[in-house]
Amino acid sequence: MPERIAFLHRKDVIGILILAALLLVVFPLTLDSFRLNLVGKYLTYAFVAIGLVLCWGKAGILSLGQGIFFGLGGYCMAMFLKLEASSPENTAIQTTPGIPDFMDWNQVTELPWFWEPFHSLGFSLIAVILVPVIFASIIGMAMFKRRVGGVYFAIITQAIAAILTILIVGQQGYIGGINGITDLRTLKGWDIRTDDAKFLLYFVCCFLLLGSIVLSFFVQDTKLGRILVAIRDKEDRVRFSGYDVSNYKIFVFCFAAALAAVGGAMFTLQVGFMSPSFVGIVPSIEMVIFCAVGGRLSILGAVYGALLVNFAKTALSENFPELWLFAMGALFIGVVMLFPNGLAGLWSAYVAPRIDQVLGATRRRNAITPIDPAATPGE
Amino acid sequence: MDATTSSGRKDFVLAVEGLTVSFDGFKAVNDLSFYVDENEIRVIIGPNGAGKTTVLDLICGRTKATEGSIKFRDHELTRMKEHQIVRRGVGRKFQNPSIYEDLTVFENLEISFPRGRSVWGALAFQRDAQVKERVQEIAEMVFLQNRLNERAEYLSHGEKQWLEIGMLLIQDPDLLMLDEPVAGMSVAERKKTAELLHRIIQDRSVIVIEHDMKFVEDIAHRVTVMHQGKVLAEGSMEWVKNDPKVVEVYLGH
Repeated sequence: MPERIAFLHRKDVIGILILAALLLVVFPLTLDSFRLNLVGKYLTYAFVAIGLVLCWGKAGILSLGQGIFFGLGGYCMAMFLKLEASSPENTAIQTTPGIPDFMDWNQVTELPWFWEPFHSLGFSLIAVILVPVIFASIIGMAMFKRRVGGVYFAIITQAIAAILTILIVGQQGYIGGINGITDLRTLKGWDIRTDDAKFLLYFVCCFLLLGSIVLSFFVQDTKLGRILVAIRDKEDRVRFSGYDVSNYKIFVFCFAAALAAVGGAMFTLQVGFMSPSFVGIVPSIEMVIFCAVGGRLSILGAVYGALLVNFAKTALSENFPELWLFAMGALFIGVVMLFPNGLAGLWSAYVAPRIDQVLGATRRRNAITPIDPAATPGE
Repeated sequence: MDATTSSGRKDFVLAVEGLTVSFDGFKAVNDLSFYVDENEIRVIIGPNGAGKTTVLDLICGRTKATEGSIKFRDHELTRMKEHQIVRRGVGRKFQNPSIYEDLTVFENLEISFPRGRSVWGALAFQRDAQVKERVQEIAEMVFLQNRLNERAEYLSHGEKQWLEIGMLLIQDPDLLMLDEPVAGMSVAERKKTAELLHRIIQDRSVIVIEHDMKFVEDIAHRVTVMHQGKVLAEGSMEWVKNDPKVVEVYLGH
C-alpha cells in the first residue's frame, strides 16, 4: 500500500477499514436486532463526537451545547415523520384531524406556519443540515466576531442549550413539549418501526458516519485544518499573518453543528422519536465526554469513545441504574487527569509503537530473506 | 507639525500623527507623531514603560487608538482590522517568540505564505512547487533548512525567534516591525540574528524596538527616543546620544 492515498495516510486508511469492518460486518453478524439498533443509536453520537474533535480538539473551541444541533437536526426529521404519521385518516378521531396529536390535545386547531414546509421530504432533509448550520453561524458570528472565546463561549453554548430546552418544553402545543415528538411511523410509506427497516437504517447510519469520517479527515488535512491548530496554539499570530480568525472559528463550529445534526436526524429515524432530553445541558456534556474519552485529537478515537461509553452506560444502567451518573463523573475526571488525549492517546503512546516494532521486525526479516535464503529456512 | 501637507506626501511609508491611547485615563501614548521614509530603518528606544510596544500594537491594530491617525501609504490604519492591515503590507514580530508549537517548521512557514487566506481559499489551498520553493528559500535564510519537518516546539529559543522572523519574511511586508528581536539570545545567536536582520531589512522599511545599543548603532538610520508616551528626541544615533534629556532618562543609567 502507498504511504498516502490522496489526503489519507496509510494508517488512517487502515483505521477506517477496520472500523468499517467492525460496523458493517462484525456487529451485524454478532448482535441481535435489538442490540444492533442500540449500536446504531450510539453511532448517532459518534457524529457529534467527530465534530467535536475538529471544533474542540483541533481548534480549541469547547462547545457544551452540541445537543442544540443534535436536537435541531433530530427535530427537523421528526417533524416530517410526524406530519406523515398525522394524515387525516390516521387522526380521524381528533377534534381537528390532519394535525399532530399533541397539537390537538393542546387546543391548537390549525397547523402552525413553520410546520407547513415539513410536508416535503426534500425540504426536511435540507432543513436537517441548514437549520442547525444557520443557527450555529448566528451564534458563531455573535460570539467570535466579538472575540468571545474559551470558557465564556462554553458557558454561553450551555446557556443556549438550556434556553432551547425550556423553549421546547414550554411550547407543548407547537412542538410537543417535554414528551417530544413521538409515535413516528413511516418514511414515504415505508414503516421504520420494523426490524427490517431498523436493520437497513443501521447501515444508512454507518455509511453516513464513514462518509463524515472521510470528510473530516479531508478537512483536517487541508491548510484550513492546520490553521485551526494554529489558532488553538497562537491565535494572535494567525491574525497577524493576515487571516480573519473569526471566520475560521465560525466555519468549524458550523461544520461540527452539521455533523451533530446528521447524527440527530439518524437518531430520530432509528429510535423513533425526538425529545428535549437530547437537547439540554446533560446530553451536551455527555457528548463532550464521548469525545474526551475517545481522544479529542483523533477522529477515529472519538467514534470508539462514543461506542464504548454508551456500551458502558447501557450495561451499567441495566444492572446498577443508580451508579451510572457517578461512573460517568469518575470517567470524565479520570480521563482529564490521567490520560488527557483519551483512548487514542493511549493507543498511539503504547499500542501503536509495539505494532510498528512487530511489523518492522517482520519486514526486516523478509527483506533479508532474498540475500541469504539458507539462513532462514522457515520463510 | 503640519498634518495636511505631511500626510499628503507620498514618500512617507508611515505617518503617525497626534496618536493617543488612554487606558482608564492613563495615557500610554500621548499625542505622538513620527514619520518613516521608504527603506528607512527606524529604531525606537526608551526606558521601560515608555510606550514603545504600545506604539507597535497601535500600528498593527492590536490596540485601538483613542485619538490620532496612522497612515500607511495614505491608507488610514486606525479603522482597519488586524488582518486587513497585514494584507496591506505591515508585518509584526512579537517580543516573545510567537509560533505554532504543534505544527512543523514547514507548516509554520506555509501558513504564513500569503495565499488562500479566506476560509474557502484555505480549503482549496495546494502545496505546490511555488510554496515549497518559497518555504525552502526562507528556511535557508533563517538557518532552519535542516529542521523543516520538526515540530516547532522542539526548537531552541533563538531558533523560534528566527522562525517567527521567517514567517514574516515569507509575507514580504513593506513595513516590518520587530519587537526586541535579539532579546534572550545567546551571544552566538545574537551575532547570527544581527547578520540575518541586516540582510532582511534591505528594500523595506523597518521599525525596531531594541535595548542593545551596539546593535542599534549598527543598524539604525534614525532613532526615536520615547519617554512617558511621548517623543523625547529624534535623529541620528549620534545626535540623540548627545542629547542631555536622553542621557538623563535613558542612556545615563
